[in-house]
Amino acid sequence: MESVATVVDEAAGGALPASALTLQRQRAHGLIAKAPAARVRALFDALEVAPQASAVRPSDIGLLMVRGRVGGSGGAFNLGELPVARAAVRLADGPVGVGYVAGRDTGHAELAALADAMIQSPAWEALLETQVLTPLEADHAHRQIETGRKAAATKVDFFTLVRTRSEP
Amino acid sequence: MSEITNVAINLADVTPGFADPVFESQAVFRAILDAMAHPGTVTSLPSSLYPPVPHFQAQAEVALTMLDFETPVFVDAALGRDSLHNWLRFHCGCPVTENPAEAAFAFVGASTMPLLADFNQGDPKYPDRSTTVVIGCEALTGGAAQWLEGPGIAGRIWASPSGLPETFWAQMVANREMFPLGVDVILADETSVIALPRTVRVIDPAAEQEQ
Repeated sequence: MESVATVVDEAAGGALPASALTLQRQRAHGLIAKAPAARVRALFDALEVAPQASAVRPSDIGLLMVRGRVGGSGGAFNLGELPVARAAVRLADGPVGVGYVAGRDTGHAELAALADAMIQSPAWEALLETQVLTPLEADHAHRQIETGRKAAATKVDFFTLVRTRSEP
Repeated sequence: MSEITNVAINLADVTPGFADPVFESQAVFRAILDAMAHPGTVTSLPSSLYPPVPHFQAQAEVALTMLDFETPVFVDAALGRDSLHNWLRFHCGCPVTENPAEAAFAFVGASTMPLLADFNQGDPKYPDRSTTVVIGCEALTGGAAQWLEGPGIAGRIWASPSGLPETFWAQMVANREMFPLGVDVILADETSVIALPRTVRVIDPAAEQEQ
């Protein structure tokens, strides 16, 4: 099992403190990790030209310990283990991308890594933005509205209940 | 140790590791096991690796096979420390240290290595916690020959690695005297290794003739 610190290191890609590129990469990591793998795959399959990429490290699956904290001041505890797939790829023109997604789908992680590498390449960045990230962002917004709508439908108003409490 | 480990890994110059980590590291592990069981014997490693720095082929294979998140690693500054730190941390997830006495494994060059006594010698309760020192040599033959004796050697055999510091064999004698403490040594050239575990007894042929 890898330490959490290593994961954070790689995802940050040496670009600390947060630069505009880091923020862009974080956004892409978030969008791809949250989207269903099939949807991400479909968007990449639909690209007319895809970049040539080679694996820096074969994609693999491991466990991460997710740590939690109750409130802002509680002590940290181990919430549970989360299976995580990860990948690292290098594009033919240089940049290295890393991808981490929850679950056991290494293909999903490879696409996340590919996207991370494409963002860092001036030649591919625009294509990724228009063909992959923008649709995923729309999906994400749609999912949020949908979840909100479903949650709103179950809302119960308690204003009719009057507290009746007998005096002792 | 924590200061370096908290620095983000620079991925720009990280070269690939084993293409098939499970089977390739098993094959290398088996070769290292054989080498350790037969001290002084040149054992070739199955090589299919593009090393991160020049002349690091066999050492790189040992590294990818042996290191993980529990093994602090010391890397000799002369080998190209920054790119090796990046490479080892990316592929093995190992902590790196600049203090030889903290290291579980050390990767050093023959001409620039610290003294063997500077590494972790183990604890009387846990002698296995000493450092394993992997030394990159010019070649594993052609140097001044030494007799080796000890467990795993039938009678005695010659070892003649070249490029080691003059005091190296004296350090190995001192290392043997501390048994069961002491470091284990692996000598590596581009493709092969010689293991010198702490059990090996070194006999200088010149000293023997005088007796």
